[in-house]
Amino acid sequence: MEAKVDSAAERKYDFDVVRWFTIMAVVYLVLGAAVGVYIASELAWPFLNFDNPYISFGRLRPVHTNTVIFAFGGCTLMGTAFYTVQRTCGVRLWSHKLAWYTFWGWNLVILLAVLTLPFGFTQSKEYAELEWPIDILIAVVWLAFTFNFIMTIAHRKSSHIYVSNWFYLGMMIMIVYLHVVNSLAIPVGLFKSYSLFSGVQDAMIQWWWGHNAVGFYLTAGFLGIMYYFVPKQANRPVYSYRLSVIHFWALMFGYVWLGAHHLQYTALPDWTGSLGAAVSIAMIIPSWGGAVNGMMTLSGAWDKLRTDYVLRFLIIALAFYAMSTFEGPVMALKTVNALSHYTDWTIGHVHSGALGWVAGISIGAIYHLMTRLWHTRLWSEGLVNVHFWTATIGTVIYVVAMWVAGIMQGLMWRAYDDYGTLAYTFVESVAALHPYYAMRAVGGAIFLFGAVVMLFNVLMTVWKSASEGSLREARGPMVPVLV
Amino acid sequence: MARGVQDFVERNIWGLSIMTAIVLSIGGIVEIVPLFYLKSTEEANRFPEIVWPQAGQTPIVTLDDSGREVWNWKAGDGIRPYTGLELAGRDIYQREGCYLCHSQQVRPFRDERERYGHYSLASESMFDHPFQWGSKRTGPDLARVGGKYSDEWQRQHLNNPRSVVPESIMPSYPWLDKRLVKGKRMRWRMKGLRLIGVPYSDADIEATPALTADKTELDAVVAYLQVLGTMATLKPGVDYRE
Repeated sequence: MEAKVDSAAERKYDFDVVRWFTIMAVVYLVLGAAVGVYIASELAWPFLNFDNPYISFGRLRPVHTNTVIFAFGGCTLMGTAFYTVQRTCGVRLWSHKLAWYTFWGWNLVILLAVLTLPFGFTQSKEYAELEWPIDILIAVVWLAFTFNFIMTIAHRKSSHIYVSNWFYLGMMIMIVYLHVVNSLAIPVGLFKSYSLFSGVQDAMIQWWWGHNAVGFYLTAGFLGIMYYFVPKQANRPVYSYRLSVIHFWALMFGYVWLGAHHLQYTALPDWTGSLGAAVSIAMIIPSWGGAVNGMMTLSGAWDKLRTDYVLRFLIIALAFYAMSTFEGPVMALKTVNALSHYTDWTIGHVHSGALGWVAGISIGAIYHLMTRLWHTRLWSEGLVNVHFWTATIGTVIYVVAMWVAGIMQGLMWRAYDDYGTLAYTFVESVAALHPYYAMRAVGGAIFLFGAVVMLFNVLMTVWKSASEGSLREARGPMVPVLV
Repeated sequence: MARGVQDFVERNIWGLSIMTAIVLSIGGIVEIVPLFYLKSTEEANRFPEIVWPQAGQTPIVTLDDSGREVWNWKAGDGIRPYTGLELAGRDIYQREGCYLCHSQQVRPFRDERERYGHYSLASESMFDHPFQWGSKRTGPDLARVGGKYSDEWQRQHLNNPRSVVPESIMPSYPWLDKRLVKGKRMRWRMKGLRLIGVPYSDADIEATPALTADKTELDAVVAYLQVLGTMATLKPGVDYRE
């Protein structure tokens, strides 16, 4: 790993806000995973709810999803987007102030989420639980983020816009659509509102949001990360430009349709669900095109995987991306969906994407950023290796537990005995899940341990940089700057 | 041609933004907009009898002079808005995150029919802002739980699930019985729902503080659960969905 003091970059670009987003991302990864392990344990050992409203499963689960998606995912996206756009455009951020406004605004959103969700203030739309005043704040901060990003590109020094920035941009625009439409509601109190839509229309709009929060926020944005950080860490150009063009437009066009596959066999009209399923299956092609494009970037440099732990994170993330984007279309097939829907298989699928792909690519990018932003080597590369194995093993245990649990659940619900009556009561399926719920909590705890190791390593790297004076050296002699 | 367009948008951020914005909007428009105007979406268009025709004109329930409830609607009369008490129960259902573990959507499969009842219709959630179909069955589906258990069973189960179902992993909700429903606040919420199209009569709204007086949150949740799936009379053999 390189460890050089890049004074030119440090003075040319606006890195302070990126540094803060990076640190906060790691902090939120630990917090979000910790809450996740706790609620997983509540399902295995329900006494952990302690008859306390503020920590009961139904109220803590949105805290978990919001912390990992919006706090960890958001800080990673914003930090890496601000970094990538400067490096690939060869200019400073268009607005220093707007970038800091984005940082504080987004962290305020997270703080408000943690202060409202345990008290039961929720719109009860999955991954869009936050009540209307916070929704307005999200919209304003998001637009500031998007506008600053676009204006930075508008002032770029390079002639072409780099592929990472296409993906970030697509994500930003789509999230504006989704967030605004899905959050339309009539306020009936400071922290209470009712969705403007009802029933079947509301369901379709919610899952148009729900699947594209995954497809854009958690995929397109992180593909932006992939297209910058994988080539950088491997020190190789992207494998195929043509493939990246196809990947981009097919993803932008296709992902939007997938939400309907969450509502197969429900009261949503059949044409909508089938359309969603058909496009879902077709999405294997661009998704795998992207995964291949990322992995083949290592052509001629595969040996680096042996020594470069950061690169390992990036590549295992792509393997999980390929796996999840194959599994997703399979689960969208109507016959498979009839079995898998409403079961823990869905939870397993989400986490192979979230822990394997999203967290993996983020963690790789963050380790890469640590060396570039603090101008030093990581405090311990051995600990990166420890993190790599705990994250991978924890994820695999989690996902396997949920696969077995989900398929078993689905089969038990539809099983008949010799007399043609249902073979199991519902609660028998609940009881049968206990060992898998316990196993999932263990897998999650192993993943969490890795995240704690990462936080320690990251903070020690900051301390190392401070004691070496590498960041001070990169900044050079202090000159008064008007900010 | 395509190469020329790609080259242009790669050099022009505004072109790239606009083209991306257009491409991103197509799927959503095609899948969502028709649901608002296609008559086949809501079964009530073909089977008007599943909706209570007097909703918004006759109050659902009122109190007589001696303080007894007088119901103008009975189970099976058709889909109607929730009473103030049921709505309070529904708000608590959302507050406690019940929808994260319980779906309210029965699919048209043999085992689901036997376990839960008739498959769900779109029109059955026409007054549900937001919908509560859920995405996960950590616990059983609740779309037709109304009337399956006694009020007393529901109360005990909510207070301590494992006292009636030993294998249950549901949290206990002992605090529901200790808090009162705020009737005046519910009146305000019903007015909000009326603004976005839920047919409440003035009498429905005005009766709410009296109807919810001295009711606990537990009473409200039980009232909500007991009405789920009981509103419409669905005849066997009728193909409600095309």
